[in-house]
Amino acid sequence: MRRLSLILCSIALLAQGPKYKLGHAPSDADVSKTDIFIAPDGKGLPPGKGTAFDAKETYSRRCARCHGTQGQGDQEGPLVGGKDSLKSAKPLKTVGSFWPHSTTLYDYIRRAMPFDNPGLLDANQTYAVTALILHWNGIIGEKDVIDATTLPKVKMPNRDGFVKDERPDTGAKAKKK
Amino acid sequence: MKPNPRRRFLQLAPIAALAGCAAKPDEKTEDEKLPSMVGAPIRAYGERSPHDKTKRLVPDLKRPQLGSTRTPLADTEGIITPAGLHFERHHAGVPDIDPAKHSLLIHGLVDRPLVFSMAELKRLPSESRIHFIECSGNSGGEWKAPGGPDAARSCGLASCSEWTGVSLKVLLDEAGLKKEGKWLLAEGADACKMFRSLPIEKCLADCFVAYAQNGEALRPEQGFPLRLMVPGYEGNVCVKWLRQIKVVDVPYQSREETSHYTDLLPDGTARQFSFVVDAKSIITSPSGGQKMNGAGFHEIRGLAWSGRGRIDRVDVSTDGGKTWAKATLQEPRLSMAFTRFRMPWQWDGQPVEIMSRAVDESGYVQPTREELVAARGVNSQYHYNGIKSWKIESDGSVKGA
Ligand code: HEC
Repeated sequence: MRRLSLILCSIALLAQGPKYKLGHAPSDADVSKTDIFIAPDGKGLPPGKGTAFDAKETYSRRCARCHGTQGQGDQEGPLVGGKDSLKSAKPLKTVGSFWPHSTTLYDYIRRAMPFDNPGLLDANQTYAVTALILHWNGIIGEKDVIDATTLPKVKMPNRDGFVKDERPDTGAKAKKK
Repeated sequence: MKPNPRRRFLQLAPIAALAGCAAKPDEKTEDEKLPSMVGAPIRAYGERSPHDKTKRLVPDLKRPQLGSTRTPLADTEGIITPAGLHFERHHAGVPDIDPAKHSLLIHGLVDRPLVFSMAELKRLPSESRIHFIECSGNSGGEWKAPGGPDAARSCGLASCSEWTGVSLKVLLDEAGLKKEGKWLLAEGADACKMFRSLPIEKCLADCFVAYAQNGEALRPEQGFPLRLMVPGYEGNVCVKWLRQIKVVDVPYQSREETSHYTDLLPDGTARQFSFVVDAKSIITSPSGGQKMNGAGFHEIRGLAWSGRGRIDRVDVSTDGGKTWAKATLQEPRLSMAFTRFRMPWQWDGQPVEIMSRAVDESGYVQPTREELVAARGVNSQYHYNGIKSWKIESDGSVKGA
């Protein structure tokens, strides 16, 4: 009986094993270098911290030429504003008015900004400009420290603004509300 | 044996050639002076005829690395879009990637994290499938103002190719998917490292990583050397320049699935993870910008597609939507691929409005713009699939309506 379960066990293991045995195991260093995803609960946020107050220099040097001195938008769309505009005829979707998760801001700035040279900012500078954009949108104070613990706790104004896809929503196939 | 005159010539040829060296170039024989009627020589990679000027529609952008070009749908035939005419959409330009240095990392909630080189991916079982890709922003302008002037401007962010690659399920099985793995993050190697979260059921059902398009390597602007294919879903999730897949428990709320690619509704809420492409069709001939050269016989032609499967029927109206007739569907009719339709038509030379309406195998009927606006308002930006009509004037000009 014990032998049988041992055999069954090894068959189950075999079934889950790789079939083609191609590819190789990455080193932990390779994975941690490539894996820059940040989960909405903050998993993946690096050590470091910053405040809106700390960010002024970094922002004016690295971001202002495209997004305007106050994030109001210039060459590119604004990073602030649009409060209460989503139901209006002219909705303005910004970090402040639309984004549901604060962690997305850190993730996106780190992976994609500044547009021409992502990766120029270190972790402290990234936390600081994240804080600055949240501050400009009236979500946090100028001296509030943003780090791996505090950022996921920041509740975005539009946190509950997203719903499931309800299509098909036209014709005989429309899902009944 | 008779002396072979040809052999004698060959024997003398070196001498003749030597003599030729000394001779002046204008001493060609009469025949050699005739202009040759022989065409161009063989070549290593075939290009189009210089007379074929069909091209993508390139808008004038201040940042051409962030934007899109459109397929000239009215100038393509059949269901396959040539790679060079497949629409483009980039968020941070087209990276230049050496395939020998490119690899795909699979990690997260798996038993065995794995890295695959391109050569290893190509050794795995390979599958080819024909699928459309449509940007969910296609026809987005028609929410506010219908009347996109021609097929490319109205609908050109959709194309269809044969894609070849490896099933994602094969790769995830190799890595050993853990049961807590419910979503997958797919990331590109472009400058902005764009990524999207995808539900694991879809990934296991029919997704694949493609290294070839229409029989050759992917074009750089289509993700060379590797892209994700997510049949029937909005184009943005078919992540190009694919370099990393991480299996996770929840969607990671990337900028491209929050700030963008979400559908704002009149009550201020927005639909998120609205992946599926609803059935859509467009008449490509006659279509906006073209000119009817005379009354009489014309074949109405167009394209239809659906993210929910096959196209079952396309109806065409030549009286502004009052009456409809079934168009002929060109085989093959493939799931989540372009389907070509056509209908013979006698134009009496009078002003008319023509339009098409697709029905897919799920029974979904392509809606009118009014139905769409009633359901979603005019600010939802993405996933517009309203019936598109063209107005034909008595002078034969065709305009977007
Ligand atoms: C060279 C111009 C340029 C610079 C410099 C720049 N950005 Fe951007 N930014 C852009 C562009 C272009 C986009 C839109 C990208 C897209 O749509 O894919 C953008 C988008 C963004 C967004 C997303 C906005 C939204 O609502 O979706 C944020 C946040 C942002 N930038 C922050 C920053 C920060 C912080 C800096 C400085 C560290 C910065 N940017 C520097 C050009 C720039």
